[in-house]
Amino acid sequence: MSALLEVDNLQISARNDDDELTPIVKGVSFNVEPGEVVALIGESGSGKTTIALSSLGYTKPGLEFVGGEVRLQGEDVISMQNNRLRGLRGQRVAYLAQSAAATFNPALTIGEQVTESTVLHGLMSQEEANRRAEDLYRALELPDPDRLGKRYPHQVSGGQLQRLMAATALCGKPDLLVLDEPTTALDVTTQIEVLKSFKSVIKQEGASAIYVTHDLSVVAQIADHIVVLYAGEIQEYGTADQVVTQPSHEYTRRLMHAVRPPPAAGQGDDTSDLHQRKAPALEVKNLLAGYGRTQNGVPEITVLRDVNVSIERGHSVGVIGESGCGKSTLARVMAGLLPAAQGEVLLDGAALQPALQQRSRSELQKIQFVFQMADTALNPRQRIDRILGRPVEFYHGLKGEEKRRRVGELLQMVELPQEFAGRYPEELSGGQKQRINLARALAASPEVLLCDEVISALDSIVGANVIELLKRLRQKTGVSFVFISHDLSTVASFADQIVVLYAGRVVEQGPTNAVLSPPYHPYTRLLISSVPELRVGWLEETMETQEAQAGIDRVVTLTDKGCPFFDRCPRAMKGTCDEETPPVRSLTGSHSIECHLSEAEFAQ
Amino acid sequence: MSEQTNSTDESFSFDELPDAPPKRKIKLSWPGKIGIAIILFWSVIVVIGPSIAPYHEADILDEELFILPGSDEMYPETEFQPPSKIVYLGSDYIGRDLLSRILYGARTTIGISVLATLLAYLIGVTAGIAASVGSRYLDMGLSRVNDALLSIPSIMFALVLIAALNSPGIFWLILITGFIYAASVFRIARSLGQEVMVSDFVEAAKVRGEGLWWIITREILPNIAMPLATDFGLRFVWVILFISSLSFLGLGVQPPMSDWGSMVKENLPGLVLGSYAPLMPAFAIASLTISVNMIVDDLSAATGGKLAKRMIS
Repeated sequence: MSALLEVDNLQISARNDDDELTPIVKGVSFNVEPGEVVALIGESGSGKTTIALSSLGYTKPGLEFVGGEVRLQGEDVISMQNNRLRGLRGQRVAYLAQSAAATFNPALTIGEQVTESTVLHGLMSQEEANRRAEDLYRALELPDPDRLGKRYPHQVSGGQLQRLMAATALCGKPDLLVLDEPTTALDVTTQIEVLKSFKSVIKQEGASAIYVTHDLSVVAQIADHIVVLYAGEIQEYGTADQVVTQPSHEYTRRLMHAVRPPPAAGQGDDTSDLHQRKAPALEVKNLLAGYGRTQNGVPEITVLRDVNVSIERGHSVGVIGESGCGKSTLARVMAGLLPAAQGEVLLDGAALQPALQQRSRSELQKIQFVFQMADTALNPRQRIDRILGRPVEFYHGLKGEEKRRRVGELLQMVELPQEFAGRYPEELSGGQKQRINLARALAASPEVLLCDEVISALDSIVGANVIELLKRLRQKTGVSFVFISHDLSTVASFADQIVVLYAGRVVEQGPTNAVLSPPYHPYTRLLISSVPELRVGWLEETMETQEAQAGIDRVVTLTDKGCPFFDRCPRAMKGTCDEETPPVRSLTGSHSIECHLSEAEFAQ
Repeated sequence: MSEQTNSTDESFSFDELPDAPPKRKIKLSWPGKIGIAIILFWSVIVVIGPSIAPYHEADILDEELFILPGSDEMYPETEFQPPSKIVYLGSDYIGRDLLSRILYGARTTIGISVLATLLAYLIGVTAGIAASVGSRYLDMGLSRVNDALLSIPSIMFALVLIAALNSPGIFWLILITGFIYAASVFRIARSLGQEVMVSDFVEAAKVRGEGLWWIITREILPNIAMPLATDFGLRFVWVILFISSLSFLGLGVQPPMSDWGSMVKENLPGLVLGSYAPLMPAFAIASLTISVNMIVDDLSAATGGKLAKRMIS
C-alpha cells in the first residue's frame, strides 16, 4: 500500500523586507502510512509547525514553498488551486491548533462548532453530523455526551475543550489529522487524559496523524514514527521505539538528556548548611489571601487558606500544583504584590508589611521576584545594561564604572557574553531573555529568589540548561529559592523541600525525599503517576492505576469545608472528607500531610 | 550569539535558535517619501513664505497691473483673475494675489495647528497617564469628565465658546482647539498607559520599589511614545481641518490675515465664475493632510498595525 502522505524534499523559505530568502525548511522527506501517527519533534524555530502546515498546502504569511512536493494520496498539495485546497482542508486533512481556548468561539454552542466544518463542506447533513459528534464525544470519554453539544465552551474544562477540538477535526472523517502541540499548555494530570483519548480515538477511527511537539516523553506514548528536527533539517527518523531506546543522533540524545527522570526519592539536592542561620530566611504563617474586595479579613475570592511555609536559609523550596491552585498567588503575597488578608510574612524572623509600598528598600532588596515570561518582564525599550544597571544603582548606589563592572559580573554569572549589555531584549532568544530576567533579580543581591514558572515557557533543552544554571547559582551565592512549577520532575530535580498545593491548601510538605516516597497524600501520588515517562507503553500502564481512574481531569473546586480533593480522591470517605477539614498529620521530620487517613492507612 | 551549553561532544554543538523576528525597521514607501517631501516643503514655506511672497497678504492689487499691453481698457477687472504673469495663481474676490496669501497663510494655518495639537497632547497625555496610574477614583473622575466633553460636537462647542468670548483672537483659538482635542488624546493615552501599567516589567519595577515618577518616565512613556507619535500626525490633520472649518464659518482667523480655511470660504463665489481661487487653498490643505496620512501609514505598518484599532476620532 502506498503512503497516505509523502513529503518529498520539502523546502520552505522566509522572505524578508529586502526580498531576500532565508531557508526555514531545508529538504525534508518523510512518509505517513495509513493509520499511522508520525511525530515531528524539535525546539521552537526548528520548522516543525511549518512542515506540518504544508500538508494542508498552507504556509504562514511571509513564508513560501521553494521546492519539493507534498503528496496526499499521490496528489501534490503545494501546486493545488485555491478551490481544490478548500476541498482538501477540513475534509481530507484536519488541523488541531495548540490552544483550544483561543480556537473556540465563546458565543456559539460546542455542538455547532464541532459540526460546522463538516456541514459546511457538505459531507453530512446537520443531523448526521450531530450523531457523529455524539459518537465522538463518547469515544473521547467526554462527560454527558448527549447534552454536551448544547453547552458553551466556557462551561467545560480546558482538557475537555482540547478533546472537543479533536472531535471537531475528526467529525468529517479526515484522512489525515495534524495536531500542533495539543497537550503542551495542559497540566500533567489533564495531559495524560487527553493523550489517552487521542490515542484511542485515532486507533478507533483508523486515522493517520502528524503530531507536532517538543516533548519527547509525550511522543513516546502516541507516535509510531518519530522525526527529529533541528533548524529545518531532519536529524533522525525512525520508529518510536528505536528513537527512544537507541537514539543514533547526538541531537536526539541531547533532547533525551533534557527530559528529566520521573520524580522519585533521592533526586533533590542536599543543600549544605553552610549558610544556615537560626530564623528561616522567609516564612509565611496562617496565610489567607485572595482577590476582590476584602471584608472582615476575608477577600471576595479566596485563593489561599491556612498556608504555612518556611524557607530555610540556602535551601530551595519547590511549590507544585495544577494551574489555579494558588502557587503564583503565594509568590505574589511573599513579594508584597498582593497583600495578604490574614496571616503574616516573616523575613529573617521579622514580620513584613503585607503591601510592598510599605516595605523598606532593604526588605524589598532581600526578596526578589523572577517573572514567568521573560518576554514581557523585560522592558522592550531598555537596553540590557540599563535593565541590569538599575537595580544595582537603586539598591546599592553604584554608579559609572562600578555599575558597569557589576553588570559585567552579572552577565558572567548567568553565562552570557559581555557584549549583550548593548542589546535590546528583542535581539535575544527565549533562553537568553530568561537569563537576563534572572540576572536582574540577582543584581539586587537578594536573600530569597521567588521563581515563578521560570522554565515553563522554554524548550526542554534550554530549560534544562537554565535549571543547571540555577543550581550553580545556588551553590555560589547561598540564595534561598522558592521555585514554583507545575512540573513535578523539574521541582524534584531542583528543590530540597517540596510544598504540594491543591485548591489553595497545602496538602503535603516536607523534604523532597519524604514527599516523593510513601506515604503519599493521594493527590501527590496522582501527580507523581501522571508525569510521562520516556518509554513506549507507559500511558497504558498508568491509566490502569487507581489514581488515574478516579481523579484525573476533574474540575478543581474551592471549598470552605471538608477536603478540596474530595471529589477526585480514590480513597475519599463520604461523610468525613466532604464535611470536616482534614487534620495535619506530622510524620517523620518536617514531613506533614493534610488528610483524614491515618499514618497506618497511608501505608496500604 | 551562542547559548552556553554543557555539550557532551565538543565538536557537535547546537545553538539555541533565536526566536525573535528581526527588528522591524521603519521603511518608507514611495507615498511616504513623497509625503515627507511635501511636509518639508511646507515647513520651509512657514519660515520663508512671507519673504518670498510677491505681494503682502493684505495688498489689494492696483488695476494698472492688470492692463494688458496694447489694450485700451482703463479699468480692467481685478477680481477672480486667472493665473498670469502678474498673479501666478490668480487673484481672489477683492483682487489680492492668491499665491502671496497662500504663502502667508501657511504660517498661520500650520502654526496654529501645531500649537493647538501640542497643547492637546500636553493636557491629554498628562491626564491620560494620571488616570492610568492613579487610583480608581481619579481614573473614574477624569474619564467621566472626558466622556462628557467628547459627547459634545466639537465644532458646536468651539462656536459657542468663541461666540461667548466675542471672537477673541488667535491665542484663544489655539487654547480652545487644544482643549477640545485633549479629550480624544486622553482616551488614547489612558488606554495605552493602562496596557503598559499591567505588564510584567512595570510589576517588576514596582516590586523593586520604584517610585511613580520613575515608572511613568522610564517604563511607561518610552513604550507608548511610538503609538502616540503616530496619533499625533493624525490628530494634527484633524486640527488643521478643524481650524479651517472654524475660519470657513468666519469664527477662526480674522481678516485681513490670511489662512487657508477662510480663503476657501471667501473665494467660494468664484466657483460660479469659473475661477480657481477657492481650489488653490483647498489643494494646499489637502496636500498637507494627505502627506501626513501617508507618513502615518508607514509608521503604523512599522508598529505592526496595532495602532489602527485604537484610533478614535
